[in-house]
Amino acid sequence: MFYLFFRHIEIEHFENNRYMDKMEHILKPETWIDKYADYLFNYTITRVNNHDIAKDLVQETFFAGLRAKDNFQGKASERTWLVSILKRKIIDYYRKINSAKGQAEIKLSFYDDGENEGRWIEERVPQMWENEAEKNIENDELKDTLEKCINNLPEKYAVVFRMKTIQQFETEEICKELDITSSNLWVMIHRARTQLRRCMEKNWFKN
Amino acid sequence: MGKFKLTCDEATMICDKSQYGEATFSEKLKLNFHVLFCKFCKRYSAQNAKLTDIFKSTCSLSENKQKMSMDDKDEISKKFHELLEKNS
Repeated sequence: MFYLFFRHIEIEHFENNRYMDKMEHILKPETWIDKYADYLFNYTITRVNNHDIAKDLVQETFFAGLRAKDNFQGKASERTWLVSILKRKIIDYYRKINSAKGQAEIKLSFYDDGENEGRWIEERVPQMWENEAEKNIENDELKDTLEKCINNLPEKYAVVFRMKTIQQFETEEICKELDITSSNLWVMIHRARTQLRRCMEKNWFKN
Repeated sequence: MGKFKLTCDEATMICDKSQYGEATFSEKLKLNFHVLFCKFCKRYSAQNAKLTDIFKSTCSLSENKQKMSMDDKDEISKKFHELLEKNS
């Protein structure tokens, strides 16, 4: 009985040691692209939703990783370390599009100042959708229309809308990953959805 | 709790929030009150639920993992290995 007990501890100890050995991670940059390109790309595309931008961000991540490889302390796995670099890149990218001047602003559905502030702008009030019932939901055509409407949104709204609605991220996580506040997030979701509603009204429900 | 009367802009924002199940109880209360008297926001609410269904049905179509194209990978790989050689 005691023998078994100690034997058990011994084995556990042995395995712990073996595990400890494995904990020391080293970087092998020559294998990065084969091993991580798809993973990092998929990670990025669910957040920025644009192939070219995702590709660029992944490329920058590999380059930055190579430049910073002497700072790697071996505490995290190679992949975790690369993802942490990528996360910074995504925040930087989002800051850039969020503050970009002169980018297409969203068409508001409400007056945003004056005595009518917060009221519907007359020509933008929701119209009745007459053919609502007969429009089938599982439909490629519908998907295309929606896709076009989302792509019409300013990039900063499209990113947040997709992350929240299509990828179904938690609010908290989006705020962390894009470095925005939750009230900021809800304003963007709101603007995205009012514009999408109008776009779908014109291009889908009114046909 | 703030003021009880909402503008249409605020009401529809709460409506959007509630589509993700994240509106608070007092927000929903204020929204329901607003909708009693505002036919446009009432219509917005009804349509919003329909839109949520549409968004959900499309998101199930785009769930699969995306890979980088071989061309893109080759391009990055080439540049990366040039840099690697310079550094070593």
